Amino acid sequence: MNTLTRCTLPVLVLLASYQLHAQVSYDRIRRAAAEPRNWLTYGGNYTSQRYSLLDKVTPANVTQLESKWVLQNQVFGAWQSTPLVVDGVMYVTQRPNDVLALDAKTGRVFWLYRYTPSPDARVCCGSNNRGVAILGDTLFMGTLDAHLVAIDAKNGRQLWNTTLADVKLAYSITLAPLVVKDKVIVGVGGGEFGIRGFIAAFDAKTGKEAWRFYTIPGPGEKGHESWQGDAWKNGGGSIWVTGSYDPELNLTYWGVGNPGPDWNPDQRPGDNLYTDSVVALDADTGALKWHFQFTPNDAYDYDSVQVPVLVDMNWRGPAAKLMLWANRNGFFYVLDRVTGRFLSGTPFVKVNWASHLDERGRPVQTPQPPGSPTWPGNQGGTNWYPPSYSPRTELFYFSVWENYASIYRKETSTYQPGRNFSGGGFTVLTPVPGAPGVGIGRRSPINNWTNEVGSGAVIAVDPRTGDRKWKFDQFDVTDSGILTTASDLLFTGGREGYFYALDAKSGALLWKASLGGQVVAAPITFEVDGRQYVSVVAGHTLVTFGLRE
Amino acid sequence: MRVASFRPVPLLSFLFAILVGAWCVEAAAAQRPAQDHPGQYSAIDIETGSRLYAGQCSLCHGATGDAVAGADLRRGQFRRSVSDEDIARVITMGLPDAGMPGFKLQPSEIDGLIAFIRAGFDVGGTAVRVGHVGRGQAVFEGKGGCATCHRVNGSGPRAAPDLSEIGATRTPSALQRSLVDPTSGMQPINRPVRAVTKDGKTIRGRRLNEDTFTVQLIDEEERLVSLVKADLKEYELARTSPMPSFAGKLSADEQADLVAYLLSLKGPR
Repeated sequence: MNTLTRCTLPVLVLLASYQLHAQVSYDRIRRAAAEPRNWLTYGGNYTSQRYSLLDKVTPANVTQLESKWVLQNQVFGAWQSTPLVVDGVMYVTQRPNDVLALDAKTGRVFWLYRYTPSPDARVCCGSNNRGVAILGDTLFMGTLDAHLVAIDAKNGRQLWNTTLADVKLAYSITLAPLVVKDKVIVGVGGGEFGIRGFIAAFDAKTGKEAWRFYTIPGPGEKGHESWQGDAWKNGGGSIWVTGSYDPELNLTYWGVGNPGPDWNPDQRPGDNLYTDSVVALDADTGALKWHFQFTPNDAYDYDSVQVPVLVDMNWRGPAAKLMLWANRNGFFYVLDRVTGRFLSGTPFVKVNWASHLDERGRPVQTPQPPGSPTWPGNQGGTNWYPPSYSPRTELFYFSVWENYASIYRKETSTYQPGRNFSGGGFTVLTPVPGAPGVGIGRRSPINNWTNEVGSGAVIAVDPRTGDRKWKFDQFDVTDSGILTTASDLLFTGGREGYFYALDAKSGALLWKASLGGQVVAAPITFEVDGRQYVSVVAGHTLVTFGLRE
Repeated sequence: MRVASFRPVPLLSFLFAILVGAWCVEAAAAQRPAQDHPGQYSAIDIETGSRLYAGQCSLCHGATGDAVAGADLRRGQFRRSVSDEDIARVITMGLPDAGMPGFKLQPSEIDGLIAFIRAGFDVGGTAVRVGHVGRGQAVFEGKGGCATCHRVNGSGPRAAPDLSEIGATRTPSALQRSLVDPTSGMQPINRPVRAVTKDGKTIRGRRLNEDTFTVQLIDEEERLVSLVKADLKEYELARTSPMPSFAGKLSADEQADLVAYLLSLKGPR
């Protein structure tokens, strides 16, 4: 034995005893609701209810909330990320594809991972990323150039990098992945560029593709008959918001985006399955179990990328496995998530593109004459902003745009790889036609649009009836998601830069903070060392609140 | 709170073990014979090569040596060459199929260019011989014991810095220097931390980040830990690297191979 070996031995022996801590097993993710101190998935747990059992912050003490720390984003643009919190460590993404690991109690940074997407990456609506998923000690992030990367959660090093699709055809990933068992499930964006959308699952250890489900069925596949000619090849059907999962049924549910081209249904006759639908897939194989289409042959860009919210409650008597869905098209749906059967559907905002839904949930469409306004407008009655359901109040909460319409125009678009494939466009119905407006992408603090063009609200809907139980009005529209807690608090924000705590039972405003930047994501809550915190992204800051000590 | 220079604490920690290891290494180093190998180049040669490179080579190869596809001269990455003789042949004969002409130079000028390239374009550095990647990996994972502390491409512990991208961020001479004098190559942020909380708990790890009020580290059990300094009664940073020196422990060939392997670690692509 030489000197080196003799001296290295104790080092080897001691290092061999290093242990792995806080592995986020599949079992932990499946039971995420039972460990409310953490926030383990995009939607809080597989039901995507965004309801937390934490109850230390209450209606009685919520006015004692104070800012504990702030993280400043280093890049410009809307910040839509939902952070994860795992045993005191927060993981959050920032544009375009950075991941930060922070101490959840102080906001101080452990590491920063940077991924530079290809300069060929194209996205319709900003370099957004909505967060990471975790399994074991590995984080997963989709990238703007349609890669899926695995990152070591302990040191921010990349472990693997899998290409999903051709970036030159404008495929992208903006959603937070969903981990089910040993697989990472993601979908691709690009619905404005003539992609053929898909949802795919990858082995978490290797990044190898396990299955792929095309949201636009090809020749010979069921659903292909809803397309004519070659329209399916560029039929859209993007996936840009995270799905949900029912472990008992082993079904994963995903909302599918608009057909392409967006605004010209004449170019793609038929129902255009599975655009504007929810699909229920076998989580092991990707096989389609059922689908429900909200908007056949869509002419309005009514993506159905809302988060599927899974709720177990009695339905007209017996216990039922339900799916609650407030759709961009202005209708609130209740579906049987075992079979996909339509149970009820009611408009939650003004709707004139359809007169009603028939007994199977299919809309009876009433297209408006050219130049006339259609309600709801292009951004919808609601959109991708995550809703919340409280099993305590049995109410479903979501952000809405009220009194908001668009005038649509159709044009013939020719598909060119990677180029915009919109089939027309739209104008927002404004109070003074021809006068300058600021539009929906506005970043100015001056709201010259005013509530004449549309205003925001949070509404609480009773799933059994579709009735509004209460409404919390905002002057400006809102893109905020929602969080509810076991103390009957509801947290939300809006474009005006306020962060609110409402009484989940009544909608009464209990507390607010002026954060001065748009809230375009959903708040989360977690606990460290026995103290509850609430985090929200507003503008370019992530603010974490806790009770005054 | 006490802030002091680091002293090893007689506890069964990996840090302590490594420090013992380092002590053994020093003891061994004192006995080693003088090293001499063809890969050692004089400062005068490097200086000569630097001037020649600027005049004759940089037009095509670029100031940082990576302007020609497939070659990164500063980091010791060549299309075909392995040995110094290979490099000398390419300089003299050129690579006609790649469009590189041959250069008629004096032997001392060729030696100078090789020295400058081997020194990683570092005029103040020591020229380094870059060996064989595969053999270097064997040293890394075997005799050198590097993989017992360092992580590469998802394998190995996270106690010491991850080396998956080290070849993209360090020059051959910097890597060579780290092998024989680890402390000289240790980034200050990576200094080992020893902290004792007011309730008597001792925490050891590698520093990841620090500010006026807090410090972040990865502890011995690979947990990400953030400490509030006001909660600590002791906080110490080691100024010396816990990594043992390989001077006299690995032969010149083994060091050259190890440098080659480290240079090959370019991170994710």
